[in-house]
Amino acid sequence: MSNDASVKGGRLNRAPGAPFIGRVLRGMGIQPRLAVILIPYVWLVLFFMIPFLIVLKISFAELAIAQPPYSPLLVCSDPEISSTWLCFVEGKISVHLSTKSYVGIVSEYGKSFYDTLYVKAYWNSVVTAFFSTIICLLIGYPMAYGIARSSSTVRNLLMMMIILPFWTSFLIRIYAWMGLLKDSGVINNALLWLGVIDSPLSMMNTQFAVYVGIVYSYLPFMILPLYANLEKMDLTLLEAAADLGCKPLKAFFVITVPLSLPGIVAGSMLVFIPAVGEYVIPELLGGSNTVMIGRELVNVFYQNRDWPAACALAIAVLLLLVVPITLYQYYQNKEAEAGK
Amino acid sequence: MSKRLSWFIILVLVLGYFFLYGPIVSLVFFSFNASKLVTVWGGFSTKWYGQLINDDQVITAFLLSLKIALISSTIATILGTVAGYVLARFGLFRGRTVLSGMVTAPLVMPEVITGLSMLLLFVQMQQLFGWPTRGTLTITIAHITFTMSYIAVVMQSRFSTLDISLVEAAQDLGARPLKTFFVITLPIVAPAIVSGFLLGFTISIDDLVITSFTSGPGANTLPMVIFSKVRLGLNPEINALATLIITVVALGVIASTIYMAQAEKRRQRDMQMAVQANE
Repeated sequence: MSNDASVKGGRLNRAPGAPFIGRVLRGMGIQPRLAVILIPYVWLVLFFMIPFLIVLKISFAELAIAQPPYSPLLVCSDPEISSTWLCFVEGKISVHLSTKSYVGIVSEYGKSFYDTLYVKAYWNSVVTAFFSTIICLLIGYPMAYGIARSSSTVRNLLMMMIILPFWTSFLIRIYAWMGLLKDSGVINNALLWLGVIDSPLSMMNTQFAVYVGIVYSYLPFMILPLYANLEKMDLTLLEAAADLGCKPLKAFFVITVPLSLPGIVAGSMLVFIPAVGEYVIPELLGGSNTVMIGRELVNVFYQNRDWPAACALAIAVLLLLVVPITLYQYYQNKEAEAGK
Repeated sequence: MSKRLSWFIILVLVLGYFFLYGPIVSLVFFSFNASKLVTVWGGFSTKWYGQLINDDQVITAFLLSLKIALISSTIATILGTVAGYVLARFGLFRGRTVLSGMVTAPLVMPEVITGLSMLLLFVQMQQLFGWPTRGTLTITIAHITFTMSYIAVVMQSRFSTLDISLVEAAQDLGARPLKTFFVITLPIVAPAIVSGFLLGFTISIDDLVITSFTSGPGANTLPMVIFSKVRLGLNPEINALATLIITVVALGVIASTIYMAQAEKRRQRDMQMAVQANE
């Protein structure tokens, strides 16, 4: 945001003759401008920031037989004082932090580091998200390219058809694949009828099905930023390259691809980030052996009722996502700067 | 440069759209299947639609989802518009980075984590204040929080491309900031507000993970009911329901695309007329 906008913003609020609401607020000692800022601020602190801090807090607690099932953060050394506040005033309070849940993620009794459930789930989530992103890119790039280079009427129609599935229910699109991939599903029936196979392929409840589900659900997220980028590319660059004797395929890799890098990064992150924490797709299309971190988090919370472990897993997933999220925001900001 | 697309690009486009729409077509096709075995054709029938309309569980869940989506996206639109306005027009103020971070974080946060953190907040609040009881209210609060992020991003980009000279003109003519906002700024950005609202509405009505975390006994939304049915395997009733949802969405998207195109044309024409009138 430029400084010049802030000057304008400042002037807007010093217009002569303050209106009624402004007068009331000023009477209470609150600048109207501040009140406007506070509205979304307070909401987000209450319902986004504080919940996150609670997760962080519980992740450092220990599992306890209590309601809720974790040990308190502040412990009073004198059991006769009932109020935490009184205890604090008397200076007998101690902070109880435990890293047991974090240690629990990476070590399991009688198993090596690589064989522990959560490490495996992590690794599998990252690998699955990574290859899904690559597949989305390989399908999405030529599609976005084709749409961006078609005539403007066709282009709008094709883009609408990319966005359309996004507005329909996510759950129903996953459900559609259950009907296709099942042993007695549409694909197997068709292949059997054609005589390509003798016995049905088992595709449902496999890693393959999870890949199909993720690629299918997130392909539009890859295409949208790529299209936005490719559509506004300066095509005279390609003409110049052709005039200088560059072959179209070479021009594509030397000019088009590097210029579309921000679109590639944005699209890849929009696929990778949600895919890592995916719960519904592995739950519906995956089998019992397709462990992914989002699914394990839900299991550990609801089935084991181990709240500290679930919170520690959540924090660990966020740490894992810090790099891709930062990368995404960096390129977004660069795009925004370039757009000005 | 209107060079013809290569055969490779055309092939990928055809296959790509087949990949996107094939499953949906198959879903719709088998909703008219008389057989209970969803993927084995047993003649044409609309009986699953009849069964769906008489399924009280689905109808109740649908009405609850609709209620939550309407309330939460209305409030989220207000909060998101204010947040977008603040981020786009207030320049640098103390805490801007934090606000901008809090607005964009829910967009990239895995749903399981958002859901878990909201649930833990509500548990904590209930312990401290005895309020709120988990159910419709907590789902609505959760939905407002994560849909307002999407709306704020839409509104921020709209406000930052807004032609400031109109606002300045109004102020020069003596309009107060609040009046300028409601009479000048708001009507200009109204289409963006409508699309923000629709975006929030769709995200809210479609959400499963965050809703399941924040829901309480008795409060089952449509995605929760669909999920519990689908988990047990294919269900022809869900095919019928899916067909209805897809039809409504398709009609909505097509209608809004046409409306937007016309509004844009009208706006262009108005601007041309205004320019001509000034000459």
